[in-house]
Amino acid sequence: MSSSFLLYLLRRALWTVPTLLLVAVLVFVLMRLIPGDPAQLILGDAGTAEQLADLRAQFGLDKPILVQFGLWLSHMASGDFGHSLSSGEAVLPLLLERFQVSAAIVLVAVGAATLLAVPAGLFAAWKQNSLTDTVIVAGATFFLSIPSFWLGLLLLLFVGLKLGWVPVVGYVTFSQDWRAAASYLVLPVITLTLIEMGVLTRMARSSAIETLRLEYVTHARAKGLSELRVLLRHVLPNAFAPTWTLIGLVLGNLLGGIAVLETVFTLPGLGRLLVDAIFARDYPVVQGCLLFTAGIYVLVNLVVDLFYPLFDPRVATS
Amino acid sequence: MKLRTNALIGGLLVATVTAMALLSVIWTPYNPLRLNLRMRLKPPGSLHWLGTDEFGRDILSRLLAGAGASLLVAALTVLVALLLGTLLGLIAGYFRGRIDRVMMVFNDALLAFPGILLALGIMVVTGANKYGIVLALGLAYTPTVVRLVRGTVLSLREKEYVEASRVIGNSELVTMLRHILPNCAAPLMVLGTSMFGWVVLAESALSFLGLGVPPPAPTWGNMLSSGRPYIESAAWLGIAPGVCIALTLLGINLLGDALRDWLDPRMEPR
Repeated sequence: MSSSFLLYLLRRALWTVPTLLLVAVLVFVLMRLIPGDPAQLILGDAGTAEQLADLRAQFGLDKPILVQFGLWLSHMASGDFGHSLSSGEAVLPLLLERFQVSAAIVLVAVGAATLLAVPAGLFAAWKQNSLTDTVIVAGATFFLSIPSFWLGLLLLLFVGLKLGWVPVVGYVTFSQDWRAAASYLVLPVITLTLIEMGVLTRMARSSAIETLRLEYVTHARAKGLSELRVLLRHVLPNAFAPTWTLIGLVLGNLLGGIAVLETVFTLPGLGRLLVDAIFARDYPVVQGCLLFTAGIYVLVNLVVDLFYPLFDPRVATS
Repeated sequence: MKLRTNALIGGLLVATVTAMALLSVIWTPYNPLRLNLRMRLKPPGSLHWLGTDEFGRDILSRLLAGAGASLLVAALTVLVALLLGTLLGLIAGYFRGRIDRVMMVFNDALLAFPGILLALGIMVVTGANKYGIVLALGLAYTPTVVRLVRGTVLSLREKEYVEASRVIGNSELVTMLRHILPNCAAPLMVLGTSMFGWVVLAESALSFLGLGVPPPAPTWGNMLSSGRPYIESAAWLGIAPGVCIALTLLGINLLGDALRDWLDPRMEPR
């Protein structure tokens, strides 16, 4: 491990600090742009002027905006995300509980999709322009074009209702009954796996095609290595690098976009929590969800970038 | 050969959806908003080719009108993102230095937000309506455009013909608009096409969540959402709008692939 490599890791890790700070500013600004102030929204017409003033003081709404931001940021940074306006529950534990559901689906699905998509993409690239290639690309483009919530709805209809193989409504946690929990998550995981396979297969294929054109692959072949060895030892590691970055983006986008799937399968995940909070104008929960999801996204991409030199050592030296 | 097949199928699908959208402006078989409670949840038949929904409204008519709504929202959104993104990207690439650095830090922070999450955050402010979605998705996709335009500007300003334009005495602004901007057109077209697909998908997802175009105005997303409770008893409610979304996206993706191979062979799908 060279010093330039360590420097890369350090610089990349430090870069998350200003990013997280700007994410916090963005969320704060968004929340303040909402018409009306939170105190009024909780009390509605029922509150007296005194109650309103009390509540405003409690939220720090009577102080200058920069002080409000400072107060707010110190609360957020210490993990105090406030309490839900509708249920009174603390926001952070709520987020963590809901996150488990979403994270389980997303991680398993993206893992499965990667395991299936990378070999498929590699194979298609190796057989470029053959019938097999055309079929793989067509399949990938097909799944890329199906909205996840519609595919979910169709699976729910055919596998859940017509065949009756899995329960269609409800959810229990893994600690209560892991078999039942898994049966509720099978369909959402299959849906996401199929959809994400579309994106990842296309990416793996196009980067494998580029790698196959490089001289060192010709060289490896000229040395008399078997095709399988050339593909696994020389093409796969290089071709995987762009796909690896894409996985980071996919994970983050899924956390933002999983609300639709959780709605189809009535799962109590993070996405559904955000959407319900938007409807209920439950601002502490909305802001908690935004901060938490964006924070996870930044961290996931940090981890992805930290591992990136394993697949492409050039980044660390440039 | 394959390129042409892709372009042909993609073009046909997109043309069909556009034709549906245009047709809906002048004619639909029934009024897409008219309730007819005696005709609730009728399966596809000779009177209503694609059946009726839970309020007895004609599904074919609603699909046509939904095509109009989806394409209008997508077109406006892509327009907002491209215009705003190009302007900001040109500014960053033109001034470079400190302005560029500050702009890029903000841009990267916005890119650190998953697009749909940013859109949801903006929609908390704008509220759920047609223009709210356009604004939210338009702003959410702007940073991608900024980055593309800035990158293109920075690489082009070192080119010889740009140098030549400066040498013959053209101002920086003229050089920018006459010689650099036109060369951003090809990558912008490729990005704009993919973005159109992302927006159609995002809009239908937001409508499905009830955060999009509010009912009773039909969109494919809110038709799927209101059909969900009837998925077992009246599956046609959930089939037709999904087919429309999927075929539109397939058309745009195929067209986008063909366009990318033709204009910019190196650019990878995101």
